[in-house]
Amino acid sequence: MAPAAVKVYGWAMSPFVARALLCLEEAGVEYELVPMSRQAGDHLQPDFLARNPFAQVPVLEDGDLTLFESRAIARHVLRKHKPELLVGDGSPEAAAMVDVWLEVEAHQHHAPTAAIMVQCILAPLLGGARDQAVIDENVPKLKKVLEVYEARLSKTKYLAGESVSLADLSHFPMLRYFMETEYKALVEELPHVKAWWEELKVRPAARKVKEFMPVDFGLGKKVDQ
Amino acid sequence: MAPMKLYGWAVSPWMARVLVCLEEAGAEYELVPMSRSGGDHRQPEHLARNPFGEIPVLEDGDLTLYQSRAIARHILRKYKPELLRSDNLQESAMVDVWVDVDAHQLEPIIRPVVFNVIIKPFTGSDCDQDLVDESIEKLKKTLEVYEARLSTSKYLAGDFVSLADLTHFSFMRYFMATQYAEVVEAYPHVKAWWEALLARPSVKKVMAGMPPDFGFGSGNIP
Repeated sequence: MAPAAVKVYGWAMSPFVARALLCLEEAGVEYELVPMSRQAGDHLQPDFLARNPFAQVPVLEDGDLTLFESRAIARHVLRKHKPELLVGDGSPEAAAMVDVWLEVEAHQHHAPTAAIMVQCILAPLLGGARDQAVIDENVPKLKKVLEVYEARLSKTKYLAGESVSLADLSHFPMLRYFMETEYKALVEELPHVKAWWEELKVRPAARKVKEFMPVDFGLGKKVDQ
Repeated sequence: MAPMKLYGWAVSPWMARVLVCLEEAGAEYELVPMSRSGGDHRQPEHLARNPFGEIPVLEDGDLTLYQSRAIARHILRKYKPELLRSDNLQESAMVDVWVDVDAHQLEPIIRPVVFNVIIKPFTGSDCDQDLVDESIEKLKKTLEVYEARLSTSKYLAGDFVSLADLTHFSFMRYFMATQYAEVVEAYPHVKAWWEALLARPSVKKVMAGMPPDFGFGSGNIP
């Protein structure tokens, strides 16, 4: 039976879209990226709302299945094509640790990292000024979170254990941008977090996806489209 | 095998999310009560279990887990995997989608309403009515999506109840105790789905430990 065509809808510089692409690359799945334009409001058009009524990217189409929410998409891709990245050796313990650290990424790591990144990189690109108060509020939060990561990564090579998993991969897209800011020092001052990041970023899948993620989000250059 | 232990305060919606799963699973567990006002979660003994200093925490043999949705998945995987549908690629994907919709679309809207309308009056802070009003407007748009979804399937992930539905209960329980419940009730399929959740024995049992004022009114502050 021929494999169903896999399509991802979105703009690849979005860390959320990149999360989906990273999993497809890790799993070696053939896919088509259907490019969309945020500026043109493609995500607000009826044909896209029919795919994701929450009007957000990415959307993944896998045969009859239409999925949204980037971490749900990630889970599906890996469950189907590379389950060891989702459930480790398949023991309840291994699967549970992947889930814990994926939730930690979503609910502890994401918000302060994104807040700092948005102020440092996106706000100026969109013609505004960085709001230093937002950064100052989030730096101590991220520091505390990363201290937990340092302690964890001093005990295990990767977040969920000795093997890489979705829990690690899920961090790559936002960190790709965050590590271009002066606040990368928060990561670099923690030896185990730094080493973990260095390992993540040289993975072939990460390198591939980074090609679609210019640090200026494609906004800095004036190109005739 | 020693029963699992769940640490925390039962009025917490994160705690209740896990309690519902434990009850659905019919698993043996011991609730180890902790005091939020006493700062139990910031003590070294608890930080050794969860370095983020939060509840709930589950101990299952040698395994110590935190983050309520990770705990929920573990319990169901072990005791009631049909609520995750992991043996079916399409169905498990839909469960994952709607678990994340609750986490990233709905909860961020209803949390500030619950916090401002229920908790703040008890802690002597002013309700941010502008934030509440803005949240209610966002909620209506979000509920339109839920209404459309629940018009085509009985439950969120399909015609079967799953973690996707159960995970919604605990925050909604408090939201539905506010004057804004009528906003949800205006959507007939959402209303019916909510009432079906409330009728589940697991939900009734857990709700009994969740007074609508979080215990503030009776002096049983967590």
